[in-house]
Amino acid sequence: MPEKRILLKNCGRIDPKNIDTYLAQDGFKAWQKTQKEMTPDAVVAEIKASELRGRGGAGFPCGLKWELAAREESDEKFLICNADEGEVGAFKDRYLLQNDPFTLIEGIAIAAYAIGAGKCCIYLRAEYHYLLDGLKNAIAQAREKGLLDGLDIDIHEGAGAYICGEESALMDSIEGKRGEARYRPPFPPSKGLWGKPTIINNVETLSTIPHIVLNGAQWFHEIGTEKSTGTKLFSVSGDVAKPGVYELVLGSSLKELVVDICGADNIKMVQIGGATGGIVPYSMISTPLAYETVLGSGAVTVFNESRQVIDFVYRTMDFLAAESCGKCTPCREGTEAMIEILGRLATGDGRQEDIQALEDLSGTMMLSSLCGLGQAASIPVLDTLKYFRNEYETRIQQSLFLRSLRGRI
Amino acid sequence: MNTIQTQDSLTGRERENLLRKLKQAQHDFGYVSKDMMTETAQSLGLSIGEVYGITTFYSFLSVRPLGKFVIRICKSIPCYMQNAEMIIACVADEIGIKPGETTGDGKFSFELTNCIGACDIAPAMLINHQVYGQLTPGKIAEILRGCE
Repeated sequence: MPEKRILLKNCGRIDPKNIDTYLAQDGFKAWQKTQKEMTPDAVVAEIKASELRGRGGAGFPCGLKWELAAREESDEKFLICNADEGEVGAFKDRYLLQNDPFTLIEGIAIAAYAIGAGKCCIYLRAEYHYLLDGLKNAIAQAREKGLLDGLDIDIHEGAGAYICGEESALMDSIEGKRGEARYRPPFPPSKGLWGKPTIINNVETLSTIPHIVLNGAQWFHEIGTEKSTGTKLFSVSGDVAKPGVYELVLGSSLKELVVDICGADNIKMVQIGGATGGIVPYSMISTPLAYETVLGSGAVTVFNESRQVIDFVYRTMDFLAAESCGKCTPCREGTEAMIEILGRLATGDGRQEDIQALEDLSGTMMLSSLCGLGQAASIPVLDTLKYFRNEYETRIQQSLFLRSLRGRI
Repeated sequence: MNTIQTQDSLTGRERENLLRKLKQAQHDFGYVSKDMMTETAQSLGLSIGEVYGITTFYSFLSVRPLGKFVIRICKSIPCYMQNAEMIIACVADEIGIKPGETTGDGKFSFELTNCIGACDIAPAMLINHQVYGQLTPGKIAEILRGCE
């Protein structure tokens, strides 16, 4: 399946500083259609029928989430755009914000209308402060054209914390607290920001909305696979000739993306979905990219044969331990224990029982962690143990041998 | 239960500006001082410990004074794969301090950071809020010379 530019169609074609160039590309037509021809329920039904799934990583059906919030009776509802793109290897939201902020704003307007939210908040990560002026300018221009009447859009900047990309931690951060994951239920569509019904959607998800509204759910549904409709943005980096953001029809093969488009060769493995993403070894390079298989946020990091698996897993765990919010024990202590073991393996002090310990710990963290960070932290460990177990075993054998020599010489 | 939540929604929202206030202090003074934390806590009716807990949670807030230019080099996997370690060593050489330190003249602070979403131009870094990519030792020297 080929590249297909739906989300990227305006990138490079419009001037992100000038709304007129966006309006000339059918900009805000979907929003006008929504206001003139559609009830909020009809918008929710359309998104539900499209079977659009969340593009931030979790893949929850967007229409279903909206329906939950739309049904809630409340004096106040919130829409939050998650622009806290902290996933390792992900930069597609940055690309959209830089090149086409207007589609996002249009998507926000439609989503707010659908769920009945009067207040919207864009949570922008601190690392992306340099995008703030562009975003503010885009909102101001839309407002000047009278396109955002009655809609309050606030930009809330983060202060540097990966976990704030997790929706419940994000809400705590907006509320002026440490960004720590919440116990659920209640889920945000019933009790979210300030205890009010809240929808949190990723930048890419919201940017998809205008296209669905304008072209219809059926059009969208015909693109992709049965359970993964539409196109997806991929942020490709690592050992590739052409790193960057690419848009492919869901279900396209990993090979097409990293080999044919990005020019990778001598591939050992690919990590898909960021720090907690799954590992695909070269032998499975034809794997389709979809929610049914492997996808996450669409961060794709390519490793060639020169890369060491254990060093990579150790560095990944080092990242996750540093970014764990610390609220729940399995994640806070589990990631630290993993670092200790992986650090031992990396520096040649590995023990025979370390592999079993990693597997036991993985099981506990997956089952009992509070949020996705701890639940998924062991995926790269388990996946590399599955596909590159020999590297762990060889490392341990070599370490044991070298240590035995040290005693004797 | 309902009463508590109602009260929360009436009074709790002043906290919304807490992060903004701490970030402003960071921007204005280069750090969030003890006095600032105490004052903020008192004005919102929070414990000082809570405000300290928030300040130290976020990597863009600091309880020790940072330099005029805060260099944050990305150490996450995509940058690491493109020789970020060499860039880290190169910056350390140029300004004579290690990660986690600030130069004696208060000009530079040197930090390592997790993914900054510039993996397509790795190795990358932020200096204050400006992003620099495809770094080489030559480029580093030039960029640092431009920090005045």
